Amino acid sequence: MASKALQPPPCAFSFSFAPTHRLAPPSARLPLLRYSWPSSSLSRRCNHSPTLTLHATSSSSSSTLEGGEAVEKVFHGECFVLDDNIDTDQIIPAEYLTLVPSNPEEYAKLGSLALVGLPSRYPSFVAPGQPLSRYAIIIAGANFGCGSSREHAPVALGASGVKAVVAESYARIFFRNSVATGEIYPLESAEGRLCKECRTGDLVTVEMEKERGRLTNHTTGKEHKLKPIGDAGPVIEAGGIFAYARKTGMIVAATM
Amino acid sequence: MMDFLCQSLHYKNNFLTNFERKLLSSSSSAASLSGFLPDSIHVNKKEYRPSIRAVMAPPQPQRPPSTTGLVKQAMTMTEKILARASERSNLDTGENVWVNVDILMTHDVCGPGTIGIFKREFGENAKVWDREKIVIIPDHYIFTNDELANRNVDILRDFSVEQNIKYFYDINDRSNFRANPDYKGVCHIALAQEGHCRPGEVLLGTDSHTCNAGAFGQFATGIGNTDAGFVMGTGKVLLKVPPTLRFVMDGEMPDYLLAKDLILQIIGEITVAGATYKSMEFTGSTVESLSMEERMTLCNMVIEAGGKNGVVPADQTTFNYLEGKTSAKFEPVYSDEKAKFLHEYKFDTSKLEPVVAKPHSPDNRALARECKDVKIDRVYIGSCTGGKTEDFLAAAKIFLASGKKVKVPTFLVPATQKVWMDLYGLPVPGSGGKTCSQIFEEAGCDTPASPNCGACLGGPRDTYARMNEAKVCVSTTNRNFPGRMGNKEAQIYLASPFTAAASALTGYVTDPREFLR
Repeated sequence: MASKALQPPPCAFSFSFAPTHRLAPPSARLPLLRYSWPSSSLSRRCNHSPTLTLHATSSSSSSTLEGGEAVEKVFHGECFVLDDNIDTDQIIPAEYLTLVPSNPEEYAKLGSLALVGLPSRYPSFVAPGQPLSRYAIIIAGANFGCGSSREHAPVALGASGVKAVVAESYARIFFRNSVATGEIYPLESAEGRLCKECRTGDLVTVEMEKERGRLTNHTTGKEHKLKPIGDAGPVIEAGGIFAYARKTGMIVAATM
Repeated sequence: MMDFLCQSLHYKNNFLTNFERKLLSSSSSAASLSGFLPDSIHVNKKEYRPSIRAVMAPPQPQRPPSTTGLVKQAMTMTEKILARASERSNLDTGENVWVNVDILMTHDVCGPGTIGIFKREFGENAKVWDREKIVIIPDHYIFTNDELANRNVDILRDFSVEQNIKYFYDINDRSNFRANPDYKGVCHIALAQEGHCRPGEVLLGTDSHTCNAGAFGQFATGIGNTDAGFVMGTGKVLLKVPPTLRFVMDGEMPDYLLAKDLILQIIGEITVAGATYKSMEFTGSTVESLSMEERMTLCNMVIEAGGKNGVVPADQTTFNYLEGKTSAKFEPVYSDEKAKFLHEYKFDTSKLEPVVAKPHSPDNRALARECKDVKIDRVYIGSCTGGKTEDFLAAAKIFLASGKKVKVPTFLVPATQKVWMDLYGLPVPGSGGKTCSQIFEEAGCDTPASPNCGACLGGPRDTYARMNEAKVCVSTTNRNFPGRMGNKEAQIYLASPFTAAASALTGYVTDPREFLR
């Protein structure tokens, strides 16, 4: 069974990993994939060794982090701010559900239509005629992604170039679909109503670690705590539930 | 150990060593044991599982398990269903468990994507886990010239043929739905009418309103394409056990109230995120008095409160409905008396009034009579929520009582072929033998359309009754977020079929008591 290599970060490291445990449901001990990404110029905190080694360690208490070996992701860009209860019809109107996400051409088309269902008081998320959005990070209120179970919703956002959503809370099917597809990181704010603190177009940095997260708004100069992504992180990192299941041996057990 | 008997529902996963067989057969209750041991026990050292996994005494007839005293912990209905489906004797809320799926449903909007994922992950020539447990129901974008929509139904057909799917409710001739004997219509109603919903089982669908089937006392919830692709190949899904909110509805149901009013009342109470990650259990004398279709309306909108699933305990009403629809054996489960619920809400149904959900949220509740100055442009009666036979009978009752014509275009979209046939065949009580269709015609409604999901979710531009302009509509559907039925500025008032019909007659949002007193 071929292991799927992760995409190397921009600074071109190569690495390999070998899961040391095969999992069988239901008593899954999740192997913790520990690796460090190179720090971007905007991250101020961690030392990173320049060589990347990935090894799966089994840990039932995966809460201990060794210094410098944190699971990290950093996203930087303009943010797009939304209110509460943004439902799936606003994220991708039903008339576009004829597009099949597993078809690459139609996947791209979904990206160009992300958030086209928003009321006209919002600015355009994807400029007309463009395939991708200029906004890498969405900041939203409560119950983001409510409504339908359509997977087209997180897919459209991911296809448009969104890397992470930082919302106050999520509707469960949308959250689950985001993790299963690996399309976006559905992060939750730990304090305050970010959708009131930030405005569309603000330059932000989102930093994610296993134990903590942070959103820095460079336009306002404020920092905001985020809840850690937790176990969903490695699944999204791997590229979704199937990729993760293959990597950790779960999929063989499940088809027994 | 000797006092515990082995009870397992999935025998092929349980193997006993010779030693264990000897242990069990030498117990004094060996005679009753033999009823529980499989006919052939495979003694296979490779697949030996050292632990005997059951701590329940065998259930005595007419004595529900909760009274035997040997159940370790009290569980809710949802917990029991998931426990059984995951072959566990006990579960805690918040636990993630692998669950065996009884039915997987998909339709024309999410089916192609699910199939794509299935083939990509399991292989181009992979076979589904069970050709009899997948139900494929084209229903969303059927009567349209949209090429992609039509292609999507073709994809379903190709896959069903390739996999020899037993239940594929195909449509070939879009110009005349009646020329398609297999075609059913709206998936959730088709599932119920075709006997695929059974108490105690686990039903998943690639549609948020799959929770509709909870009316049958089963665990039913919506999932995305990726999860569904996984289930297609493995027959299993990883689920987190939800805590349960209990809604106890007692009191006699007033004759101007319908289940739609009850669920809108509840959603208005707890908000659109009030049941997120939770199960909603509906009990009480009012619920017991509801028909299966009314129970479906109740469970259908659980998702609008963010709920994971809804359940109504199965009873004689359920069993009567299922008679003739399914020959499969099923085993209902019920919440233990001492089960823990997150919250319990009590309602005196006799005191409730007809309500609507104003634009633009299903929890924007208001009394129908307080919206009587809202001028409307059209009325839509249809969808899985409000397009069943009893929904149309209710609307017909209002038109009959009034005897007048509607003041606005009134669109009627039956959920399934069977509903459509009922409209033309069933006599409406108190009408002297008239059918719904006759009453609708006399009231000046549009002719009942081809059964499908229709304009509930807008759909392709040429969908019948789609709102392509910024108008105001009273609808028996389930969501009213901006743009739901098409135009972003359009306004949708969610209502019961009684309220919808009454509003059609006046041209304003109207409390049905105007016509029922």
